[in-house]
Amino acid sequence: MPVERDVMEYDVIVVGAGPAGLSAAIRLKQLAGKVGKELGVCVVEKGSEVGAHILSGAVFDPHALNELIPDWKNKGAPLLSPVTRDEIYFFLSADKAVKVPNLLVPKTMHNEGNYVISLGKLVRWLGEQAEALGVEIYPGFAAQDYIFEDGAVRGIVTGDMGVARDGHHKDGYAPGMELRAKYTLFAEGCRGHLGKRLIAQFKLDADSDPQHYAIGLKELWEIPTDEHQPGLVVHGAGWPLDNTSPGGSFLYHLENNQVAVGLIVDLSYSNPYLQPFGEFQRFKHHPVIRRYLEGGKRIAYGARAMTKGGLNSLPKMVFPGGALIGCDAGTLVYSKIKGNHTAMKSGMLAAEAAAERLLAGGEGADKLTTYPERYKASWAHDELYRSRNFGSAMHKFGMWLGAAFVYIDQNGFGGKLPFTLHDRKPDFKTLKLAAESKKLDYPKPDGKLSFDLLSSVFMSSTNHAEDQPVHLLLKDPAIPIRENLPNYDEPAQRYCPAGVYEVVYEDGKPRFQINAQNCVHCKTCDIKDPAQNITWVAPEGGGGPNYSAM
Amino acid sequence: MKVLVSVKRVADSNVRVQVKPDGSGVVTDGVKMSMNPFDEIAMEEAVRLKEKGAVTEIVAVTVGGDKSQETLRTALAFGADRAVHVKEDGDIQPLAAAQALAAVFKKEDAKLFLLGKQAIDDDANQTGQMVAGLLDLPQATFASKIEIDGDKAKVTREVDAGLETLEVDLPAIITADLRLNEPRYLKLPDIIKAKKKPLEAVSFADLGVTPGAGLKVVKIASPPTRNQGEMLVMGARESGIAAPPPIRRTAEMFKTVDELIAKLKEKSLV
Repeated sequence: MPVERDVMEYDVIVVGAGPAGLSAAIRLKQLAGKVGKELGVCVVEKGSEVGAHILSGAVFDPHALNELIPDWKNKGAPLLSPVTRDEIYFFLSADKAVKVPNLLVPKTMHNEGNYVISLGKLVRWLGEQAEALGVEIYPGFAAQDYIFEDGAVRGIVTGDMGVARDGHHKDGYAPGMELRAKYTLFAEGCRGHLGKRLIAQFKLDADSDPQHYAIGLKELWEIPTDEHQPGLVVHGAGWPLDNTSPGGSFLYHLENNQVAVGLIVDLSYSNPYLQPFGEFQRFKHHPVIRRYLEGGKRIAYGARAMTKGGLNSLPKMVFPGGALIGCDAGTLVYSKIKGNHTAMKSGMLAAEAAAERLLAGGEGADKLTTYPERYKASWAHDELYRSRNFGSAMHKFGMWLGAAFVYIDQNGFGGKLPFTLHDRKPDFKTLKLAAESKKLDYPKPDGKLSFDLLSSVFMSSTNHAEDQPVHLLLKDPAIPIRENLPNYDEPAQRYCPAGVYEVVYEDGKPRFQINAQNCVHCKTCDIKDPAQNITWVAPEGGGGPNYSAM
Repeated sequence: MKVLVSVKRVADSNVRVQVKPDGSGVVTDGVKMSMNPFDEIAMEEAVRLKEKGAVTEIVAVTVGGDKSQETLRTALAFGADRAVHVKEDGDIQPLAAAQALAAVFKKEDAKLFLLGKQAIDDDANQTGQMVAGLLDLPQATFASKIEIDGDKAKVTREVDAGLETLEVDLPAIITADLRLNEPRYLKLPDIIKAKKKPLEAVSFADLGVTPGAGLKVVKIASPPTRNQGEMLVMGARESGIAAPPPIRRTAEMFKTVDELIAKLKEKSLV
């Protein structure tokens, strides 16, 4: 029986209240205001509030913010810790590291003029700015589906609330709404569940390399004042990762004695026994990192996948009736490990393209072709172009040679070497068979610097209404045990940073268990499952992590 | 019949609250704030009473800073007809809140005052009782069922011995317990409508209230961390009952009582 749904109409609907989505919404209102017209702009956000699902390093390049809200300082934007010093280390082993002399650091890793921030706080502030301009923001409402009619996207459908695990409608069941719009901007972040379907439906990636990803794990610590150096930025490569599973690490000193520490693991890793969470916990024991954390207190934990394919993997960004913006498209600059400023810029450019049409009386539902044109002419594209060889060099040459290549490419040629390295192997195809791989042992957490998985998930304040359908769908429920277990020792047990997936043995028989209520919405399973059998969909709105200042 | 419902803005129940390093309170900067869950239940009950026809008007009230207007908007989205914001930026003690709420109740000339039994931030559990005292009106606390019958309300309360049913004359103060109802999901159109509903701001002075104080917070500290326990499970597999995942992952499993006792002896626990 078709569900009777309420309908509301807007000029533009934005899916996701992150840096890209909110920048787009703000830009739309600014442009309408300039000519004294009204544009109805609505932002839906699956998190329980704006910022609840935001997780980023973050060292923030204010380029896009300067363009969007030039007087952000007066308006109290939470950019409180200018970068005071950059340090880069090659970690050689569990207790050795060499500091890279400044001269040898690739240009993209210099951070003068940038800020150490909490993106969660910045996004909350952007939300306030957007609301002050009349943007309607609805946290707790997930976009479950998009409306596709007459060859164009015409809005979204929000998720039903109050559906039980077995699918029946509980007391208080509230069907989702149709939110219709002339243009819909998808800003779900890396591997958005609607973005993924749009890319497939409109074949947006036909001419690009597969997208490449990494998983970032992050903790927030409160450390003793003596060790706190506001604005200090520490980056690292090497241990605990190795040549076959590249990635990097960070430790950023924020304000208020807070330090953000994290490990980024490329999802192109090949050993199915690798557990990003275990590597992260181990990493914090390195003397370079430990010296800051010892005597401190962990106050938050979280994880999120990120796009890193860059320009080579960037899909077409428009389709009839809408556009992909920010990491939903994949605008992050991996050589800088920064995506917030380029995400904001892409949102602003999509907004400019949409506003141009709408303010001229356009009816929407067409392709916003001037958005990719504007993007191509922008500094955000230029940054991505210059770093296009970074990720693929690391994959092709391994970490050491890759790093040497990157140094020559970035500092010698400004990223303008006359060729492009491609990496056409998707991340889900890189796992070796378990039988050919080395088992990895992770040290027992000490409860001071390192912690077990479940107490970590607890620190993400993750919550889902218990009685609701599982939001991690298996295309074929038999694959985890029939194929993934013998071939790869079911890697979901290890790549998931929240303990969602388990293989449990009952009477000696393995069973695949999904603890969906633990899910921190990082999307790694959707990316890394070797059989591409797991589909992440949005759970009931308001569920997921409740990050305060990640 | 007019009903007044008070709602308080508190740190969301899913958030892990952190104590400020100087022990002066808890960190609320950047923390998700929500309507106190017990107040949500009181609000839901008011809406249900209105849907049943026992109530004609619902007024939501809060005491707090500017941001607590968000909580009033939530109350309006639930179904309150209008809202009163008693604006006070500083620290608000239960007595001051009760004085303000009592003054609003009098001013509104409402018949029924519904509150959550306690707020989940300070767990003081005294505002409803003090309002009743200040107004010298009957009170029924920890309600798990409310029936309105003319000028009386029949209230069922969960007590240690079972269920107790009280009858109070209206006007009265009733505080809501967990099992009174399950609050509804807010719908988008209701959230939008709530933005346009009337919201009036008043001050303590407007209400003629001199806020009482008498409590001094000496220190706020986290509970001491406990040493991690160890789980010893017996017979889980044999009985066919699967232990829940955290236990399964960490527990040491025993097949027989003797094995278990031997382990306990080893740890000098028996």
